Amino acid sequence: MFKKVLIANRGEIASRIIRTCKRLNIDTVAIYSDPDKDSLYVQEATECYPLGGTRVHESYLNIDKVLQIAKEAEVDAIHPGYGLLSENGDFAERCAERGFVFIGPKPSIMRKMGNKIEARRTMEEAGVPIVPGTDAATNDLEEAIQEAKRIGYPIMLKAASGGGGIGMQLVQNEAELMKAFDGNSKRATMFFGDGTMFLEKFIEEPRHIEIQLLADEHGNAVYLFERECSIQRRHQKVVEEAPSPFLSEETRTKMGEVAVRAALQLGYSNAGTIEFLVDAHEHFYFLEMNTRLQVEHPVTEEITGVDLVEEQIRVASGEPLRFRQKDLTIEGHAIEVRIYAEDPYTFYPAPGQLTDLQLPQGDGIRHELSIHRTSTISPFYDPMIAKYVVSGDSRDAVIRRIEETLPTYKVEGIKTNIPMIYDVISHPQFKAGRTTTNFVELYYQNQPN
Amino acid sequence: MVEMKANMAGSVWKIVVAQGDQVQDGDDLVILESMKMEIPIPAEADGVVKEIKVAEGDFVNEGDVVVVIE
Repeated sequence: MFKKVLIANRGEIASRIIRTCKRLNIDTVAIYSDPDKDSLYVQEATECYPLGGTRVHESYLNIDKVLQIAKEAEVDAIHPGYGLLSENGDFAERCAERGFVFIGPKPSIMRKMGNKIEARRTMEEAGVPIVPGTDAATNDLEEAIQEAKRIGYPIMLKAASGGGGIGMQLVQNEAELMKAFDGNSKRATMFFGDGTMFLEKFIEEPRHIEIQLLADEHGNAVYLFERECSIQRRHQKVVEEAPSPFLSEETRTKMGEVAVRAALQLGYSNAGTIEFLVDAHEHFYFLEMNTRLQVEHPVTEEITGVDLVEEQIRVASGEPLRFRQKDLTIEGHAIEVRIYAEDPYTFYPAPGQLTDLQLPQGDGIRHELSIHRTSTISPFYDPMIAKYVVSGDSRDAVIRRIEETLPTYKVEGIKTNIPMIYDVISHPQFKAGRTTTNFVELYYQNQPN
Repeated sequence: MVEMKANMAGSVWKIVVAQGDQVQDGDDLVILESMKMEIPIPAEADGVVKEIKVAEGDFVNEGDVVVVIE
């Protein structure tokens, strides 16, 4: 087991990793930029080192500086958290060259999954369903009709060189395709000088559902069920929950098994997540693989009782997984909401100076944050300032508890998205589990009530 | 005279107009950057840029006057 770990990250996730390290009697090294010097994680770590600078490229993305500190502090391993350097294959490789264990998968796998096209091809080879579509673009209607038959309607017709919705049309059947094809192809020629079209299966009522994986370096892998993260704004998650209110037991098992098979085929190790789009009929399609810990990992921890950071550290130090698939079960329900420093209606960032911070306390309540009552929220980093995680016996009970407690979650001095979260959680469609990726667009009014 | 105000707190990333420029309603004047997001401040009227009250790199608070159009 490691004696000392450097956390190449900041904010709430640095605090989160330090907490587990403390429990495992591992010393921790925090690194911090100038605006982060008063963050809680800096005090919580056993040692702390300044990176200098403000923006991420001057500080947290400065690989030379991070490695220099790791050497000076004589650490055994580096935990990259999420974001920043966590999916940077070059960083992982340089850690290994300097003799530090990178707490994550092999650099070659990180690179493969970081490339959209290669990831899609690799997953397809590993038997993971991908969104069905044409392999090559065509400008021939007959060919398009044949392809459409193979893929199955409804179909999204897309200009090969398109973007921004031009030359894109949803077609429900062959008659619609015949009507739409030539017009869209001509428009695409006019706009992009290329009239060839792609056909892709249209995902009805899409949901973002992801499978949490853990794999060791000895050929063992398990899945820790799913998280549903469909509630998003600006393509960023706001509310995440486990288990999904939508999946049947059969699909849950199927998705888990497909993900595990892919992980084994890849030779994956450590924690990872395969993200899927799931349609109204529970068909699921590969979206991307994240080769790191996810922001929303706490909901999985709450329903499985597994500390994912601990397992990451154990696996990275060479231990085999401590459990098999049959040892894992889902207990209760958990919902995480992300508190963003932003306008709750325009979703524009709102950095500034806190004047007060009061957090609800009680059974089933978990906070992840690295700010205090008078923190300054700097404009240089992500707007997420805290995560509020509530767990309980059932989804209904958890929603009720959030409705009761969220009004007592006080962040004063800056704007936050708490009013938006409250509106989402208390919405009848959310309560009914009808949480598709267009939820915010469909049901959330971008203005105060 | 119309005062164009910052729609969020952040730093001035780019100034895309100069004093004396003719602008139209909806044209971008200044681009702010905050928390990994770039948000343009558009003109809300046709006119001439009378004054630019910020420089690139300046920090502005929401509601601060950034550009004056006449």
